[in-house]
Amino acid sequence: MTAEGLISHEVQMTPKANGGYMGKTIAEKIFDSHLIDNPYGDIHIIRLDAVFCHEITTPMAINDLVQRGKDKVFDPDKIKVVIDHVSPAKDSKTALQGKILRDWARRHHIPDFFDIGRNGVCHALFPEKGFVRPGFTITMGDSHTCTHGAFGAFSPGVGTTDTEVAILKGICAFHYPKTIKIELTGKLKAGVFAKDVILHIIGQIGVNGATDKVIEFAGPVVDEMDMAARMTLCNMAVEAGGTSGICYPDMHTVDYLWPHIRTEYTSRQAALKAFQPLTSDPDADYEAIITIDVGDLAPMVTHGYQPDCVKPVEEMQGTVIDQVYIGSCTNGRMEDLQAAVRALGDNKISDRVRAIVSPATPEVYQKALDQGLIKIFMDAGFCVTNPTCGACLGMSNGVLAEGEVCASTTNRNFNGRMGKGGQIHLMSPATAAATAVAGHITNSTLYRKNT
Amino acid sequence: MKSFNGKVLFLDRSDINTDEIIPAKYLTEISKDALKPHLLEDLSLEEFNPQTDITGKNIIVSRSNFGCGSSREHAPWALEVNGIHLVIAESFARIFRQNTYNNGMMAVALPVETIDRLFSDFSDLQTTLETDLDEQIFIFRTADREEHVPFNLAGFDRELVKAGGWVEYADRNY
Repeated sequence: MTAEGLISHEVQMTPKANGGYMGKTIAEKIFDSHLIDNPYGDIHIIRLDAVFCHEITTPMAINDLVQRGKDKVFDPDKIKVVIDHVSPAKDSKTALQGKILRDWARRHHIPDFFDIGRNGVCHALFPEKGFVRPGFTITMGDSHTCTHGAFGAFSPGVGTTDTEVAILKGICAFHYPKTIKIELTGKLKAGVFAKDVILHIIGQIGVNGATDKVIEFAGPVVDEMDMAARMTLCNMAVEAGGTSGICYPDMHTVDYLWPHIRTEYTSRQAALKAFQPLTSDPDADYEAIITIDVGDLAPMVTHGYQPDCVKPVEEMQGTVIDQVYIGSCTNGRMEDLQAAVRALGDNKISDRVRAIVSPATPEVYQKALDQGLIKIFMDAGFCVTNPTCGACLGMSNGVLAEGEVCASTTNRNFNGRMGKGGQIHLMSPATAAATAVAGHITNSTLYRKNT
Repeated sequence: MKSFNGKVLFLDRSDINTDEIIPAKYLTEISKDALKPHLLEDLSLEEFNPQTDITGKNIIVSRSNFGCGSSREHAPWALEVNGIHLVIAESFARIFRQNTYNNGMMAVALPVETIDRLFSDFSDLQTTLETDLDEQIFIFRTADREEHVPFNLAGFDRELVKAGGWVEYADRNY
């Protein structure tokens, strides 16, 4: 792989009627550089740089390709595969899903297949492995694929048929992207995190507020956020209907990716320079620009059964819970575990709750072990599970019984999502940890040390 | 091409998500037919009984943001194996909508006022629908009345419906 030429960020210019050139959003720039065909109206067939696969939505695509006599892959190096939703397999059916995926990855010599033990939650694992780059187009049969927009990629979740065509041909069809820009100003208070910000945003714009649109997160608050925080923001873009979240690549992006790109660029500055065209032009055309000052934002939590039912934690203070869950593609990264541990202090969890922490990847788990976080969680009374999506969608490792309530760092509070008849309150890892100690929903400032 | 005619099921709620259309616990199935008995089994809607209300229905009419949440294509598949190939609503979540056309099915958005009128005029009655794809008109019928409702099917969506889905279309063209 050669230096700066690996990814072309050359931007195509669109002439304006009155001369000059129209400004473009980052999503439009990525689209234009990946265009294959424009068969109808604003439908664009684009080339994909990466196709991600997991064992819940891909096996049906594999089976269909086999049945059609088209058991081929467009490029084994661009397909990344993980078993993550139910891991290890909990029954014969999930074992079969894993087997279909595993056998397929082997027969097509897909080098990046992450089996049990090396596997983690896809949207935490694949960035960590360096598979996401600024300017990439990525699809996966998973709605939270929008997470990868944190790196300046166009990364929409798709279904199984789109995944099938992506596997076979490396293409996908989308409407030309319209963008809502959310400019975040102010300075987050201690104890307030990216999760609180995105819950607040969804509460403001609603579950339908960004349907068919890319949500671009920008402004000084985003500039200061590390990649973990940006991934939390972008992860929940789909909860407002968004096609993808997206942030501009900057030095945080370069620093995160550096172990994976150091052979491609002569220096971090050179990498930054290569990524810099991937920003929105000042005169870019937005569907809407929403400025939100988050300086006064308090920790937030959901009530009800939609992610736009959001209130400050204070207003939900005292809501009794049965289970606490810290993990998932939203909040299962090292920074999330660290925030939870800071909130936990040396307290034990309440006798009336059970608490589960699921580090999102083996690397997160290993670091948490090395830094003593796992011991703190266990001493407090947490159950520490292997990396898996598991409880978030009620598949395994923390399913709720009817009438039970979970304080969760995941991304969806749909009725029964974690188990039929169960209720979920979404919150940050710090709030979840404090809630575990109290046994009811509460603010992490009551317990937090060293902030 | 699939059929877009038959009896109408009215679901009077917004934001019906794909967890409600087909709960995650059935995502471990690897055949579409296995999804059939579980369609809408967790739908939060008063007086809706999935055991009796779905049988024989071929079209769903609903409110806004239908199919939000998880990208699971099991949602349109669960509709398909129950003979429901058409959903009409105020608006759709993007992934659900695309998944529907990708299977040669249809998710058609109509203006709020039209949806309101359909609910007030037809939801209490035995209603059937006939789709004229060429003229892009839905014909709603009850025992004693008939209403013609025009709809707009974009070029690409029409091609997917005609081709039978995105795999067929992509294979032919790319």
